[in-house]
Amino acid sequence: MKRLLTSASVLVALAVPSFAEGTKIGVITTLSGPAGYLGEQIRNGLKLGLDATGAAYELVVEDDGRDPNTGVQIADRMLNEEGITLLTGIVFSNVSGAVVPEVTDAGAIYVSPNAAPSGLAGAKCHPNYFVVSWQNDSLHEASGAAAKKLGYTTAVALAPNYQAGKDAIAGFTREFGGEVTEIYTGVEQSDFASEMAQIRDKAAQVVFQFHPGGQGIAFLKQYQQAGLLGSIPMVLSEPSYDSVILKAVGPAAVGLTGTTHWNADFDNAASKAMVAAWAAAFPETPLTTYAQQAYDTGLLIGGALNTAGGEDVAALQAAMKAADFASTRGNFAFGANQHPVQDWYLTAIEADSAGNPVIVTKEKIIEAAGDVYAADCKM
Amino acid sequence: MILLFEQLLNGLQYGVTLFLLAAGLTLIFGIMGVINLAHGAFYMVGAFAGAWVSIQTGSFWGGLLAGLAASAIVGIVVELGVMRRLYARDHLDQVLATFALILIFNQSTVLIFGRQPLFTSLPEVFSGSIEIIPGLPYPTFRLFVIAVGLAVAVGLYLLINKTRIGMLVRAGASNRQMVRALGVNIQGLYTAIFGLGALLAGLAGVMASPIVSVQVGMGDEIILATFVVVVIGGVGSVKGAFVAGIVLGMCDTMLRAFLPGLLQQAMPGPEAQALGVGISSMGIYLMMALVLLVRPRGLFAAQG
Repeated sequence: MKRLLTSASVLVALAVPSFAEGTKIGVITTLSGPAGYLGEQIRNGLKLGLDATGAAYELVVEDDGRDPNTGVQIADRMLNEEGITLLTGIVFSNVSGAVVPEVTDAGAIYVSPNAAPSGLAGAKCHPNYFVVSWQNDSLHEASGAAAKKLGYTTAVALAPNYQAGKDAIAGFTREFGGEVTEIYTGVEQSDFASEMAQIRDKAAQVVFQFHPGGQGIAFLKQYQQAGLLGSIPMVLSEPSYDSVILKAVGPAAVGLTGTTHWNADFDNAASKAMVAAWAAAFPETPLTTYAQQAYDTGLLIGGALNTAGGEDVAALQAAMKAADFASTRGNFAFGANQHPVQDWYLTAIEADSAGNPVIVTKEKIIEAAGDVYAADCKM
Repeated sequence: MILLFEQLLNGLQYGVTLFLLAAGLTLIFGIMGVINLAHGAFYMVGAFAGAWVSIQTGSFWGGLLAGLAASAIVGIVVELGVMRRLYARDHLDQVLATFALILIFNQSTVLIFGRQPLFTSLPEVFSGSIEIIPGLPYPTFRLFVIAVGLAVAVGLYLLINKTRIGMLVRAGASNRQMVRALGVNIQGLYTAIFGLGALLAGLAGVMASPIVSVQVGMGDEIILATFVVVVIGGVGSVKGAFVAGIVLGMCDTMLRAFLPGLLQQAMPGPEAQALGVGISSMGIYLMMALVLLVRPRGLFAAQG
C-alpha cells in the first residue's frame, strides 16, 4: 500500500509540469567536463531567479559539452522541432558565437547569462540578443584598471587561446596601459608548469590570468606550488576566483586581488533575497557569480514574461529592453547594444575565522561603464 | 638557462605521466589486440578514489593506496565483464564498447561525486619547493612524480625482462596465437595485464590529483596524447612507451614554452602568439606523422 502511494505521488509529481501552462525556455549550457559546475550554477541560479518573479515557465535544459557544434544542433532542435522562442544558458563564448546568430536569425530571443564575445557586441548586435552578465572585455577592463590603480606598470597576462581569452587580454591591456607580456594557454590544458616557468622568467610586477572553472583551480594551485604566490601578486577577474575555485584552492588564495560586478556581501534587497534562497535550496554548494548572473537573467526573463503575458516575441523583446528589474548587483541598465551598463568593484580575498578564503568588497573602481563595442552597434 | 632547465624538468614530469598511462595501454593493445579508449577512465578512477580517501582521512598516502586499489579492481572487473567478450570482435566493436565505457564512467562519477571538482593537498613531506640550482625553486612534489615514474620504468623493465610473467608478456606481444597454442593460461594473463595497466593509469591519476583539479572528464584530456605515445613507441613495447613518452613530454613542453617567443623575433606579437600556440598544439601529432613515415610500426615495434 505504501509503495502504491509512493508510486502514485511520483506519477503526480511527474505529471505536474505538463499541466502548468508555462512558457518553454531553452537552456543550452555546459554541464559536462571540467567546467561542468558552471552550467550547474547557471541552471540553478536561473531557476531561483524565475521562481522569484512568480512567472509560469518550463525549463528545457541541454548540455552542450563546451562544443559549438553540439550547441548549434541543440539550438536547431529547440527552435525548429520544439518551437521554443526564448533561449539562454550558454557558458562559453565559442559556443555562444555559433549559437546566438542561429537563434536571432530564426526570430527567437537569446538572453546571455554569461558569455558575451566581442564579435556579437558591435556591428553584429541584434535587437533579439540581450546580455545580462557583462561584455567579455569589460569584465577584464576592471582588472586592468585595478592593476593600474595599485601602481603596477609591467604585467604578464595569461588566458586560454579562444575568443573569450583574447577578449580578456585585450580588455585588461586596454585599461592597464602598462607593458603586458601575453601568454596563451590551451583551452583543455590543466598543467601550467611551463607557464609558471615563463612567469618567473619575465619577472613582471603583477600577473593577470583568466582561467574559468577547473582550469582556474589548477592554475592557482600550481602558482602556489611553484612558490610564486608570495613573490608576484596576482589580479583576477571574477571567473578566475569564483567561490568554488576559492573553496578548492583553500587558504593559499588569501591575499589575492580581484574585480567583480557582484559579491555575496552586497547590501541590497535583491542580493540578500538571492543569497537566502540559494542557501535554502543548495546549502552544500557555494554561490558564484555565474549563478548570480543567471538569477538576474531569471529576474529579467520572468519579469518580461509577466509584463508581456506570454511568449509573443515582439512583446517580450520590448519588455526586456526596458530592463525593469531590481538587479542583485544594484545599478543596471542596457547600453545601445543591449549589453549591461554597470559598476565594477575591487575585492580582496581575506581569511574568515576558520582561515578559509572569503571575498570581501573594498571599493567601487568603475562606475556606470558599458563597453567599447556599443558605439559600433546600429540597431 | 635557468628557464631552459626548468622547462626540461617540466617536460620530464609530463613525460613520465604519459609513460605511466601509455605503459598499460600499449601492453593491452599489443597483447590482447584491444583498442581501449576507456583507459583514461582508470586515470580518473584513481584520481577520484585517491582524492576522496585523502580528503576523508587527511592522508595523501592513504589516498595513494586507495587510488591504486580502486583502479586495479575496476580494471579487473572491466576485463572480466566487458573486455573478455571483445577480444574476438573487430576494432569497430571494441571502439564502440570502450567509448560507451567512457560515458558510463563519466556519468557514474557525476552521480557519485557531482560536477564540482575535488581538491586535495600535497603530502606534508613534499609540500615545499627546493632550490635545485641557485635561483630555481622547484616543487618537490613534481620531483617526486618524476622519481616515481622512473622507478616504475625500472620496475617494469625488471618485470618484463627478468621474470616468467614478463617472458609471457613479451611472447604475447610478439605472437599471441602461438602463446595460446602452447597452452599458457592466456585468460589469467590477460586479466593480470589489464589490472596492471589500470593500476599504472590509476597511479598517474593519484600523482596528478594534487597538481591539477580532480574532475569528471580529466581522463579524456590526456588519453589522446597517450595514444600518440603508444603509436610512436610501437604497439606492445613498454620500452617504446617510455622513450616516446619522455620525448613527447619534452617536445610538447619545449614547443609551448619557446616557440611563440622564437616566432616573435620574426613577426608581430599577437600573430606570433597565435601561430606559436597553434603549431605547438599540433607538435606531437606532427611528430607522430613523421615517425610513422619513417617507421610505420613505431620506434620499437614488438610484433615483427
